[in-house]
Amino acid sequence: MTLCRVTGSVVSTAKIDALLYHKLLTCRPVEPSTGVPVKGAGEMIAVDTVQAGEGDLVLVCDEGNAARLILDDTTAPVRTVVVAIVDEVA
Amino acid sequence: MKRGRVIGSVVASHKVETLEGERLLLVQPLDTSGADTGTPLVACDAVQAGPGDVVLYEGGREAAMALRHAFNPADAAVIAIIDAVSRTDGES
Repeated sequence: MTLCRVTGSVVSTAKIDALLYHKLLTCRPVEPSTGVPVKGAGEMIAVDTVQAGEGDLVLVCDEGNAARLILDDTTAPVRTVVVAIVDEVA
Repeated sequence: MKRGRVIGSVVASHKVETLEGERLLLVQPLDTSGADTGTPLVACDAVQAGPGDVVLYEGGREAAMALRHAFNPADAAVIAIIDAVSRTDGES
């Protein structure tokens, strides 16, 4: 899983069924010790499953089988999922 | 999922059977600020996207799962058309 900051959300009405009723969040990987965005790490667009909001520190899982298990949809073409809202990194 | 912009389409009448009937789109990857980055790729279309649409595309095995035939050689598929991106970090 990757530690990320939620930087925004993506609005999309025309999308495949597996993505219906799910919020899509733009997430940027951050350094655990400082919280600063990792240089050159780009962004991950993830399906929200924990009602995370913009600015939250979250864990993003980037693996298909895990995503399908979480979404409870064995044929979902989804790989990137927000799985936790992080309270603290110690 | 990654962001891209549809810049064209690809027509291939001679292709593997499991890609029959799938529309092929030419997609330009976009970076976090929405600017072009990297080389365009060809993705199968699962949401009837057209040229100029900003889309989300998925790679790997998930791309094959977005199409009708379960076992197809697609390694990129357009799975959503983006209406808007709202951001708090100052990028678009």
